[in-house]
Amino acid sequence: MCTQCGCSEVDSVVLHSATESHHDHHHDHPSLARTVEVRERLMSKNDRFARQNREIFQANNLLVLNILSSPGAGKTALIERMAKLWGDRAAQVGVIVGDLATDNDAQRLRAAGAIALQITTGTACHLEADMVAHAASHLGLANLDLLVIENVGNLVCPAAYDLGETLRVVLLSVTEGEDKPLKYPTAFQSADVVLLTKMDIAEAVGFDRETAIANVRRMAPHAKVFEVSARTGVGMDTWLNFLQTQWVSSLVEVAR
Amino acid sequence: MHEVGLMENALAIALNYATRDRASHIHQIALRVGDLSGVEPDALRFAFDVVTQGTIAERAQLKIETCPTVCYCNDCQREFRPIELGYECPICQTWSSSILQGKELELASLEVS
Ligand SMILES: Nc1nc2c(ncn2[C@@H]2O[C@H](COP(=O)(O)OP(=O)(O)O)[C@@H](O)[C@H]2O)c(=O)[nH]1
Ligand SMILES: [Mg+2]
Ligand SMILES: [Zn+2]
Ligand SMILES: [Zn+2]
Repeated sequence: MCTQCGCSEVDSVVLHSATESHHDHHHDHPSLARTVEVRERLMSKNDRFARQNREIFQANNLLVLNILSSPGAGKTALIERMAKLWGDRAAQVGVIVGDLATDNDAQRLRAAGAIALQITTGTACHLEADMVAHAASHLGLANLDLLVIENVGNLVCPAAYDLGETLRVVLLSVTEGEDKPLKYPTAFQSADVVLLTKMDIAEAVGFDRETAIANVRRMAPHAKVFEVSARTGVGMDTWLNFLQTQWVSSLVEVAR
Repeated sequence: MHEVGLMENALAIALNYATRDRASHIHQIALRVGDLSGVEPDALRFAFDVVTQGTIAERAQLKIETCPTVCYCNDCQREFRPIELGYECPICQTWSSSILQGKELELASLEVS
């Protein structure tokens, strides 16, 4: 028996060092301790919300994009341009924007014709599925067919959180360096689509297109790659055509 | 970083299992962390000490088993461990997008009493 705390320790003797006060000693009670198998993902709560979101999005015939990039890669500018073009073609675009502090992204997006809601994440460096669930409940999903989620600008943790999106879109701007996909393997590996953005200034900044695309292919062989400029609109039609096809095929899938 | 949030999740799961098991102490929490999970084991350790304070898991040992990335090559029909960044099959040099292991981020087991 442990003389200091009275615990019955029969199988092994724990020596409490003299300098250690009793409450600092590490209790190790192998005779009593038992192992509990768990095998549960740390994301299990987020996964549950993501699954729910996905069901709700499907029930509303929504194509949902989760947009990831480093700060300043052009997420908001891209969505603004998409909102205008999609508005001309089909309907209003819903946007959920996550940002560390209040800024005017949501206002910019509304000016572009989107129905936009901002989630101020405070200290959180990524969006989680329950935040999206809450924001989506305020958006009136039934009137939308495209919902774009602008994640917090950071390529690390947003990659780990499924939001229930249809497609994960990772942006790589031409000013960021061609080796970015190698530095953020988790984000790029999880991408369904990689967009090379700010193509209008590619030449001016000496962007090595071949190397960048090779690096993307290497990390995400399955991803579709498009080259766009939100500023000039170059490549936007091809990108939106792809989205329209995806939207139609997701309808077909649901109808099956 | 979001390691604190992750460890809060881990603790919540652990407390839940411990309660179900009528345990009054958690002595060890074992995690499995894949190389592609995007989290730093050191940051997890730091966060662990923070979140377990004042709980029945205070002073518990955090065991982290890291899982290396394992891919599958469809062409060669075999598993392989990528040698460097990227998922290139060492035999046929095609890039694999089928990742069998490396994304794990789970609570494997507990030791309780
Ligand atoms: N030249 C150029 N600049 C762009 C483009 N898209 C965004 N930018 C600029 O890049 C900066 C960051 O854009 P923003 O959309 O706010 O990035 P976010 O932080 O990812 O949302 C702004 O100064 C934009 O004007 C583009 O297609 N071409
Ligand atoms: Mg923005
Ligand atoms: Zn985060
Ligand atoms: Zn092969």
